[in-house]
Amino acid sequence: MPAGLAISDFYYILPELVITGGALLLLVADVLLPVARAAAAAGAGADGLTERHRRRTQILSWITLGVIGATVLSLAPFADTHVEVAGGLIAVDRFALFFKVVFLAAAALTVLMSTRYLEIEGASPGEYYFLVLCATLGMMVMAGGIDLVTIFIGLETMAVSFYILAGFIKPSQRSNEAAVTYFLLGAFSLGILLYGMSLMYGLSGTTSLRTMAVAFAGQPRDPRLVLAVILVVAGIGFKIGAVPFHMWAPDVYEGAPTPITAYLSVGSKAASFAMLLRIFLEGLPATSADWRLLFEVLSIVTMTVGNVAALTQTNLKRMLAYSSIAHAGYVLMGVVAGTPRGVSAMLIYLLIYAFMQLGAFAVIVMMRRRDVVGDELKDYSGLSARNPLAAFAMLLFMLSLGGIPPTAGFMGKFWLFGAAIDAGYVWLAVIGVLNSAISLYYYVRVVVFMYLKTEAIGSEPAFSAPLGVVVGVTLAATIVLGVYPRLLFEAAEASARTLGVAGTAIALK
Amino acid sequence: MTHYLSLILFTPLVGACLLLVTPREKEDAIRWIANIFAGAGFAISIPLWYWFNPQNADFQLVERAPWIPSIGAEYFLGVDGLSTLLILLTTLIGFIAVLSSWTAITERVKEYYTFLLVLQTGMLGAFMSLDFLLFFLFWEVMLVPMYFLIGIWGSANRLYSAIKFFLYTLVGSVIMLLGILALYFYAHSVTGVYSFDVTAFQQLNLPVNLQWWIFLAFFLGFAVKVPMFPFHTWLPDAHTDAPTAGSVILAAVMLKMGTYGFLRFSLPILPDGTRAFVPLMAVLSIVGIVYGALVALAQKDWKRLVAYSSVSHMAMIMLGMFALNPVGITGSIVQQLNHGISTGALFLLVGVVYERRHTREIAEYGGLSKIMPVYAAIFLIMTMSSIGLPALNGFIGELLILQGVFVASRMWALFAGSGVVLGAAYMLYLYQRTMFGKVENPKNLHLLDISHREFATFAPLLVLAVWIGLYPAPFLRRLDGSVQRIVARVSPQYSPTYAALGCGGAPTPQMIAANGAARFLQSVPCGPDGRPLVAAESAAR
Repeated sequence: MPAGLAISDFYYILPELVITGGALLLLVADVLLPVARAAAAAGAGADGLTERHRRRTQILSWITLGVIGATVLSLAPFADTHVEVAGGLIAVDRFALFFKVVFLAAAALTVLMSTRYLEIEGASPGEYYFLVLCATLGMMVMAGGIDLVTIFIGLETMAVSFYILAGFIKPSQRSNEAAVTYFLLGAFSLGILLYGMSLMYGLSGTTSLRTMAVAFAGQPRDPRLVLAVILVVAGIGFKIGAVPFHMWAPDVYEGAPTPITAYLSVGSKAASFAMLLRIFLEGLPATSADWRLLFEVLSIVTMTVGNVAALTQTNLKRMLAYSSIAHAGYVLMGVVAGTPRGVSAMLIYLLIYAFMQLGAFAVIVMMRRRDVVGDELKDYSGLSARNPLAAFAMLLFMLSLGGIPPTAGFMGKFWLFGAAIDAGYVWLAVIGVLNSAISLYYYVRVVVFMYLKTEAIGSEPAFSAPLGVVVGVTLAATIVLGVYPRLLFEAAEASARTLGVAGTAIALK
Repeated sequence: MTHYLSLILFTPLVGACLLLVTPREKEDAIRWIANIFAGAGFAISIPLWYWFNPQNADFQLVERAPWIPSIGAEYFLGVDGLSTLLILLTTLIGFIAVLSSWTAITERVKEYYTFLLVLQTGMLGAFMSLDFLLFFLFWEVMLVPMYFLIGIWGSANRLYSAIKFFLYTLVGSVIMLLGILALYFYAHSVTGVYSFDVTAFQQLNLPVNLQWWIFLAFFLGFAVKVPMFPFHTWLPDAHTDAPTAGSVILAAVMLKMGTYGFLRFSLPILPDGTRAFVPLMAVLSIVGIVYGALVALAQKDWKRLVAYSSVSHMAMIMLGMFALNPVGITGSIVQQLNHGISTGALFLLVGVVYERRHTREIAEYGGLSKIMPVYAAIFLIMTMSSIGLPALNGFIGELLILQGVFVASRMWALFAGSGVVLGAAYMLYLYQRTMFGKVENPKNLHLLDISHREFATFAPLLVLAVWIGLYPAPFLRRLDGSVQRIVARVSPQYSPTYAALGCGGAPTPQMIAANGAARFLQSVPCGPDGRPLVAAESAAR
């Protein structure tokens, strides 16, 4: 159907163009910067080399932040736009805008926490930041895509960037293993997803989601379409880390560089949820009975397995991996509800989750020293005495992830449960709240180590200005959105309303 | 004074923020700041006693501002008689708890006082909120500081006790949250307005089976907090391992959250559900009364004994409440205050000797009345108050509860009465073992009697115990409006007889015959409907 691009289309995809241009600019700068590349490769070598490597990392991270800033600015003209561009390949609406803001904020925070981490690891910053920007570009395309092809291109752009980033610490065996695991399982799941998408295309004769919705409307139940739904659910389930497609998550989270783990668990997850909402609520409202049931089961299994598995973890990154699986389960409740309230609750939750998760990872990055990885629970023993600020921040992030007011996590969870009850899924909500009570056991365990154990085993956290900014911003967001979430609720509601053609596709019940 | 309640609410929080920026080495400065803010918090709340108008049955000193307009949540505070008294109890006990910690806490002083003050704001907020979401927010805010108070400054088994307290309360309250949401969405389907306004919920007539489910959800949240049998098992552990101030706050104020929740939410919002659950609640309460008392009798640990006595007393309060008549409910509220005063004081008393001897084994003590006469005298008064000796506060509460329970069921009254007898038994047995006899343990020979600061913590409680015991009318007068609002919803059979009696005059003999509380009134207040606020029970029968 797309019959070529008009000039105006380039105006509407301005943010994507800006970030692409910025990423290329970064590559050029990486080459042109007058510092010996050997410095990066040699890692912790002579002092002069590390110093130059440090400067180089800083300059490149400033450029990356500039690119992200410019992209945010280029979003401004589209604050109230609601159009389909490029012949129905991409939608520019509030829904996409909301997600783009989440991605860019997460990317900026990731870049800020990476600076020090890259210095310690001695990894090459240019390619790293380039890949972060590429992943962000992929996510933005996924959120805006209303055509299977666009969505898939966005997904691939994001996924390939993450495959490389997961294995970015070349000397580390854990990092290499993470990359291989992620790549193999990721490729496999993409295959499944693609198979489901091709079935959808074959049955409807179109790749455009909105046309597809019309084609499927009122049709009798087609087993081939059910199969397509199952395949697509499985493919997306992998991306959001839903059980039983979650096997990769703990290994990848533990092995990948910590800032990448953070970005993966926030950005990739949010983008996959955006894709999920686009595909199911815009493209397949006709089969909602089927996929709602699937997601209901998936949601229950995901949060339960995620939480129970997290209970016994002693590695913080691994624990957060299982916790992020559980959080995917909570967010799926919004999909099951399928109402505008469910969608807005998901948006609220994903944004809040981004802040609290990134904040928690920022504290973990802070604990990283040249000789200590700092992600074992015992590294946090007595942290409140050694660094009260870091401990306090971690305390609030843990409480927020557990959903204790007055932190933001409570507001997000509360509204997700509300959406489920409103849509009549009371039992799902009951299971959800019981799960969130279980989850507190392991979140509180971190607190126990930080506050209640007095023997100081772990290292002194290393405080740096960019990390301070990350912790400060995420902490402020966690508190402010918990106490006064008014603006977020309003924005999410407005954004959820624009999903689908004038809200028709979303009116399921 | 439209922001008066906010002022009371946030004074402790301001203190906590100030503590955060105080250097941790300056321990005395920290103690002073905490004491000043807790004291100021109490002083600021005193005018509430006068400004609250008992003649007016509506919520007073109301503050309303939009909070999350898109879902209808508001910053909505207001008080009636019930919450007025509980707020005053909270500010007083909060101050006493802070004052009592001066020498008891020597480690991590800054964090300790910060948590105490945050906890104080949480408790006050829960009593003031008339927006259900806001209430839930404050309700949960209490959890974390209390967890730390037990977990950091507690005794031997503190980690286990702290997490047990945390998870028990949490599971109950998240289920309650679902009940709140169900209520919220149902209210919207009836009124077309999204709102968490409790006063509006109290006017809804929900379908009976929905009430049943929501009652069950609320029940789990509140019953854990009370705690009712069989949800009480966290309490002995938490109480025993908490530092003195923690136990005092836990017993005197936080347990009241549960009973307050029933009175403010379950009874008036879900009258049919309440009536349906009366048999269950009565059985659980009776089991709690007898079981708590018997277990208390067998305790060897001083603090654990007081903790189990709390289980028994709180069950008595629940039984009085679920008599669902004006006397019983009045009695249950009065007894909540009494329990706060006497059990709070009893925990303080344990704290005094624990600070000196670092043991709570009853067998370690004996004959203390010779060494610490003032201490023994205070302990005696508080023991009597807890037992319910006439002329002290406990008597008034127990009398009203027994009266109400008797009207509801004589069988219940029998069990409730046995609780009173057993209560006397375990308390006097405790007193005998610790205070009387010879001083057999040489370590006790040189114990110091209580200091002036310690006496200051007991003084207000002693005054209140005697005041309520001798002249409870000012308290009962403040409660009438609240009690009648609850009764009008949950036991409307007490209502139609109002019209026959005038209001504003002295209580008639029928009123006194029907409602023992009436005899303490100089004039019978008028309800919102212009009828007298004292129900004539005998006329209804």
